[in-house]
Order: sequence, then structure tokens, then C-alpha cells
Amino acid sequence: MSVQTPIPTSGASAVTPPQDRVAGRLPRWGQLAAFACGTAIAALLSWLTDSTVVLFVIYAAVLGTLVLYVASRRAEGRRQATDRLVTAIVTSAFGIAMVPLAALVWEVVGRGIERLDAEFFSASLQGIVGEGGGAYHALMGTLIITGLTALISVPVGLMTAIYLVEYAQGRLKRAITFFVDVMTGIPSIVAGLFAYALFVLLFGPGIRLGIMGAVALSVLMIPVVVRSAEEVLKLVPNELREASYALGVPKWRTIVKVVLPTAIAGLGTGVTLAIARVVGETAPLLITVGITNATNFNPFDGRMATLPVYAYYQLTQPGVPPEFAIDRAWTAALILIILVMGLNVVARVISRFFAPKTGR
Amino acid sequence: MTATRTPSDQSTSRPLRRPGDRIFAGTAKAAGISILVVLAGVAAFLVVEAVPAVTAPSGEIPGGEGLVGYIAPLLFGTLLSAAIALVVATPLAVAIALFITHYAPRRVAAGLGYVVDLLAAIPSIVYGFWGVYWLAPKLVPLFRWLEENLGFIPFFAGPTSSTGRTMLTVGLVLAIMILPIISAISREVFLQVPTLHKEAALALGATRWEMIRMAVIPYGKSGIIGGSMLGLGRALGETMAVALVLSVSGGITLNLISSANPGTIAANVALEFPESTGLDVNTLIASGLALFVITLAVNMLARWVVNRRADFSGAN
Amino acid sequence: MAKRIDVSDLDIYYGKFLAVQGVTVSIEPRSVTALIGPSGCGKSTFLRSINRMHEVLPGARVEGKVVMDGQDLYSADVDPVDVRRQIGMVFQRPNPFPTMSIYDNVAAGLRLNNKQTKKADLDDLVERSLRGANLWNEVKDRLDRPGSSLSGGQQQRLCIARAIAVEPDVLLMDEPCSALDPISTLAIEDLMTELKERFTIVIVTHNMQQAARVSESTGFFNLNGVGQPGRLIEFNPTEKIFSNPDEKATEDYISGRFG
Repeated sequence: MSVQTPIPTSGASAVTPPQDRVAGRLPRWGQLAAFACGTAIAALLSWLTDSTVVLFVIYAAVLGTLVLYVASRRAEGRRQATDRLVTAIVTSAFGIAMVPLAALVWEVVGRGIERLDAEFFSASLQGIVGEGGGAYHALMGTLIITGLTALISVPVGLMTAIYLVEYAQGRLKRAITFFVDVMTGIPSIVAGLFAYALFVLLFGPGIRLGIMGAVALSVLMIPVVVRSAEEVLKLVPNELREASYALGVPKWRTIVKVVLPTAIAGLGTGVTLAIARVVGETAPLLITVGITNATNFNPFDGRMATLPVYAYYQLTQPGVPPEFAIDRAWTAALILIILVMGLNVVARVISRFFAPKTGR
Repeated sequence: MTATRTPSDQSTSRPLRRPGDRIFAGTAKAAGISILVVLAGVAAFLVVEAVPAVTAPSGEIPGGEGLVGYIAPLLFGTLLSAAIALVVATPLAVAIALFITHYAPRRVAAGLGYVVDLLAAIPSIVYGFWGVYWLAPKLVPLFRWLEENLGFIPFFAGPTSSTGRTMLTVGLVLAIMILPIISAISREVFLQVPTLHKEAALALGATRWEMIRMAVIPYGKSGIIGGSMLGLGRALGETMAVALVLSVSGGITLNLISSANPGTIAANVALEFPESTGLDVNTLIASGLALFVITLAVNMLARWVVNRRADFSGAN
Repeated sequence: MAKRIDVSDLDIYYGKFLAVQGVTVSIEPRSVTALIGPSGCGKSTFLRSINRMHEVLPGARVEGKVVMDGQDLYSADVDPVDVRRQIGMVFQRPNPFPTMSIYDNVAAGLRLNNKQTKKADLDDLVERSLRGANLWNEVKDRLDRPGSSLSGGQQQRLCIARAIAVEPDVLLMDEPCSALDPISTLAIEDLMTELKERFTIVIVTHNMQQAARVSESTGFFNLNGVGQPGRLIEFNPTEKIFSNPDEKATEDYISGRFG
């Protein structure tokens, strides 16, 4: 708020008001002291108004920042004070973003741990009213449909990326790149409607199949695979391609045997993250695969259960008494989080361990 | 040692290619083109299945007020929830991006970025669970306070929902969900700000904030805008979190804290589709088509903004 | 094995841009031919057009003839991949395949082309090529280590071993020493004098002393100005080029007046 100087034209003197140049600096402990002070006032305020812990933290952060700002304003001048104020704001913004993450993980773990037992992984819901039962059928359904999705998406996505990096030129390249970007933004429910509309034309209305879910998820997964594979393939140095061509190796063999192996770590990471992206998708499966209480391993025959849809129905249509189904819903949500986080960790491990060895 | 001569029926202008190369290149090209086909297919199949709803007499559409009357409140709800999410998330996301790129100690910055990205990894249905059970009840006192003190603003007219499953709650959940998208793209452009610009500002005696305001924000502006629009696209199409959290009844209203809210297109499809048959399905698909067109437009605009920056970012 | 190459009226294009114009030259077998000239004069472009590496770049093409022992390399029924099998290439920066061991790098030419070879024959070929590149004694105990674990000079010799393992007739070298220290450079120059017994060698170099030391014939490339195509100004025995060149421009360049 103090300086409005464009970079190229200004001299140093125009930027720095004279009073600032002689201004002192707060000692190092100043910041700490300011926040200690703010916390103390906040504690008092919370005690007087009988507030919750959340409010106390908010009071402490706001008051601490205020004290720091005032102190800095007096000791260092307006510009430094603004700088400190922004630092505090930016830091708390990050803190605010961490609140939902922590709360969410805490809540899901706390409620989901209840039914995280052997029966949950070994039993389906067939013939279950009330207590017991599990999500074996849903877990298997998720694995089958996600596997099918990967089976469709990885070859198409990878080949598209290869086309974009190694072959495509001009207009078609720009068109594909652009529409891959656009495709990343397709709402998942629309992907589900697409798969439904497609299969209705083939098999008539009311159809529900596991493969429909895989088609819907592929619409979501393919662009993710393309983008990540494209980035990784671009990183493979051109020198390696030329070295291979110069040995009289045809282009396609060069791609298959030199480019892809060199990029394998990045490709593995990208595919894993893409799987993580679709494994928790609910909406498209809700309208294409539906739900069932029995175990169905055949994606070409009728409804299947999947973990996210299972969680949804257990929570929204728990039956009587509701608490057992709601417990199962939370456990399913917990397993989903574990799956997604696990895939993220696997992706990191892949990129760490399968990177091409560069000697030492 | 003579070259293996393969008979060729190709014109001389094109270089000879071996069968392996031709097959491989052809497959790759087919994969690329299939993307265009799929996208066109999405549009085409949705249109085909939406046509019956468009041509049906308005009395047969659920609600009895025709297709437009059916979609309008849903569209309103979609736009309203996404707008709240955008207003809340954008400043927060930019601040987070700045924190990670310019404030956090360099050693932990990458790790912090990873933690924020984790927010994007959590499945939307889990956000829904959390929104219903954790966030919504905690927001009720805040809503009460808003109704009492700011009730004269139409947004907070009340009466306050006792469950907290309101439009504002949905907006906040969506904001959290799009936060990582906006902050990831902002982070990317902030990191691309030429060091020269930043050093020039610092050399003039600017404080860190002044440097950011003079060099980083102007440079990253189109990235922030593009990122926000991508976030908007995500918020418009978000389904499960909204379907779980929002308590739907009634039509268009600006009241953000009551229990009577308009639904959103995506959530409405998820809620109604499993039990629908016949024309109801076509109606839902028609609403999905409307959502598709809107998100397509938003995303294309966003990509255009982001890519335009890429064209001009050749500062070095 | 070594073959002669006759180039006539070769024009080389990048899209619409004419990069090199009207090159006519004969390259003798079992000798080292050096190409010198200022930066951007098209000598590397010319080199890459000999084994049809030039056309790997989008929009790049040539007009004219490159004939190797009577066979036109650019005739319509010739596959560029076959050309490259007969004309090997070593690049400016050493580029061993990072995913492969030293052994696999040398065997890459055969392996990548799916040639079925007996293990003993392959071992033999790898040893022969590494000996040919004066690298065997340094790496024979660690053939399974990654190629990138070697020093820069060793990596470049590994690349030479990789190139000669496919037993080409001609070896093209594009400034093979410019990224190396003087000792590694000397090792490569020694290697070139040995290799020319078996191969036709064409080398692009910025280093005129190097051209004088290793080559029998030298070609001087130059261009009239920015945006103009490069031309082969003079092609003569190395001795003559460096002592009594026909062209004024060659003399100016060699005596260090420009470039």
C-alpha cells in the first residue's frame, strides 16, 4: 500500500521513503513475543466469553497478528508492518487449508475404524439385516471395474501421448492437445450419463453393467493418462532417440525399446495417480453400475457393487436400525481413503526407485 | 552389404516407411483421434437421449412446468454453489500458493505442496460424508449468528437450518475441493516468474510483499484466473458432495442458510437417476447436457486463458 | 568394408529455409575427412544428411544425390533405416542409453533390432567393439554397470563402440570431442587413426588443429551472411588446405581472421 512504483522506470530513492531507511528492526524474539501476547489476550477472551477451542485459536491468530502489526508499525514503519501482516495472513491461509484435511482424516478414521475387521473384507451384504456383513463384494467390484478402466485407458492414453510427442504436427496435434485438456474438465456425472446413453442405444433402457462403469471412468481417466505421459515423454532427451536412429533402429522400435524404458518411472507414476483419481469416483458408477447386495464378478452381466456406491447407499439408505449400515459406510469411506493414499504413496515409490540409474 | 530393398508402391515424395513403423504410427494416431471421437460421442449420445425430453409436452416433464422450468432452478443452484466456492477458494488458494512458493522454508516447501495436493486426492463422496457429519453441524452456530446480525442481507435471511445442510455449507465444501486445483496452477506460474523480475524489485529495496505485488502477482495473474476457472469447472460438475450435503426443497432463492435450497444439476442427476425410468431419464440427461455445455465453455475459456499466458511467457 | 561416398548438387532444407546449397564432394574410403567452418555454416547439417538423420526433424528434406558405392541413398526405394545401419554416427555429447549397462549399450544395435545372436557371439562382438574403441581394458570388469557411470571421455568411446558394433561402412562424427577434456580428446583422436583402417570416417570439428592432426582431406564450409545458405567453399587434401588453400576465405578462416 505504500509503493506504487513500476519496476523499470523507478530509482531506488523513489521506492524507499526516507523515514523508512532509518527505521529500526524488531528483534528476533519480537514475532514470538507478539504472538505470545496475542495468545494471552485470546485466552482471557475465551475464558470470559466461554468459547470453544476453535474460537480460541482464531482469536489467538488474529490478535497475535494485530499485536505484531502494531509493534512493527511503531518500530519499523508502515512498509515492514504491511510485509509482516501479509506474511501472517499467508501463513494462516495455509493453516486454514490444513484444518479440513486434518478434520476429515480424523473423522473418517475415527468412525471407520469401528468396522475395520476381517468380516468386512470377507462377507458381502447378502442376507444381512442390521449387524454384521461387509463390503467384500463392493471391494471386488471396485477392483474389477478399476482394472477394466485401466485396461482401456492406459493403452489409449499412452498411445495418444506417444502420438502427440513423437508423431503429431500441426492442426491435429493442437486439436488433440486442446480437447484432451477440455476432457479433463468433463464432470464425472456427465461421463456416467454418456456411458448410459451409449449402452441404452445398444441394449435398451434400464441397462446396468460393470463394463458401463469402466467406460464412464475411462472417459475420466484417459485425459489424465495422456497429460502425465506426455509430460514424461517430453523429458526423454532427443539425443537418445537420435542415438537409436543412428544405429539403424526404426522409429517405432526406438520408441518401444529406448524412449518408453527411459520414461518408465514417470509413466508408472502417472498411471498410478490416474488410477487413484478414478478409484473413488462415485457418481458415474451410481448411474451406470448401480448397486447389489450379492457378489457379482462378471462386469458384462448385471449390476455390481462398488465401494464408493456401497458407501453412499449404506449412509443414505441405512435401513432399520440405521447405525450398523452407517458404520459400514464410514468403514468403506476409510478404505477408499486408504486406497487413494496408498496409490499416491506407490506412485512416489515408483518415481523414486524406477528412475533410470545415473551411475553414482 | 547392400541395403535391403523393399518394394514400394508409395509415391516418391513420401519417405519409405517400414510396415512396423506404419502400423505403430497408425495405431498411435488412431488413439489420438479416438479422443476426439469420444468427446464428440459424449456430445452426440447425450443429445440423442435428451431429444425426447426436449420434444415432450411440458406437462409430462417432472414438475409439470416444462424442461426449462425443470432445469432453471437446478442451474441456479449449480451456479450459486460454484460462485460461493470460487469466492472463498480463490483468495485462499492464491495465499497458499504464495506461502508455498515464497514464504515456506525451501526444504519443506515441496512437502507442503504435496500435502495440499492430497486435498485433491480425497474422493468427493468422502467430502460429502465429512460435510454432513462434521462441517454442517459445526456451522449452525455461525449461521445463527449471521441470521441475527446480518439478517437484513438476503443471503442470510434465515430461518437457519437446524442441520446446517445449506447452500453456504455446500459452497464451503466445494471451496475446499477446488482449493488444490487453483493453488496448484497458481503455484506453477508463481514459480515461473523470471528471477530477474523478482531481483529487480528486491534491488529497489522492496520488501517481500512489495516484490510479490510488483513482480509475482502481475506475472501470475492469468494463471490465477485460468486456475480459478478450472476450479469453477470442477465446482459446477461436482456431484456426490453436493448430493449428500445439500438439503433440497424449493426453487430459486438467494437465502444461503435455510433448509430450503435449490438443487444442483449434477447432484439432482445422482439423486434421481437410480429410481427414474422413461421420460424422467431423458429429462435428467437433458439437464446433464446443459451441464456439459456449461462446463465445456468454462473449461475452454480457462484453457485459452492459461495457454495464452504460455505464449507470452517467453521472458527468457 | 569401407565405402566411398559421392555427393552431388545437394541442397538441404529446413522446411522452406535452404540451409546448405549445392554441395558436391567425393569422400574417399579408408580415410578421415574433416569438415570445418564457422558456426551455423551447415557442416553438421550436411553430415546428418549423409546418413539421412537430417530428415528426422519435422519439415527437413534434401534435394540432390548422395551415392555410396553406386547406390543412391536418397532414391525412393531406399529405407532410411537401412542407410543408418550402414552409416554409423557419433554425436557431440556422449549419449549412452541410461537404462542399459555398458554391455547392453554396445549390444544395443543388435538387440534393438531384434537380431537373434548367440550369447557367445554377442560376448565376442561386445569385446571386439570395446577393444576397437580402446575401452575394453577400462571397463572389462564392470560390464554390467550403467553406461552413464563412466566419465565423459569413456562415455564417448562407449558410443563409438556402440556405433562400430553394428559394423557400418562409414562412421560420421559430429564434433565428437567438443565436450571432452584434452586427454580424452587425444584418446579419441588416436582411436580415429586406428579406425580409419576399417571405416570411412567423416568428422565435423571446430578445432582446426584437430582437423590438421587426424584428417587426410578437409572441406571448408562458409556462408555469405545470416539467412544465406551454407556452401562448401573448398575441398582439398588437408595439407594443402592448411598450407596453401585455393580460396581466400579458407585462408582467412584458417589464419584466424574470422570464425
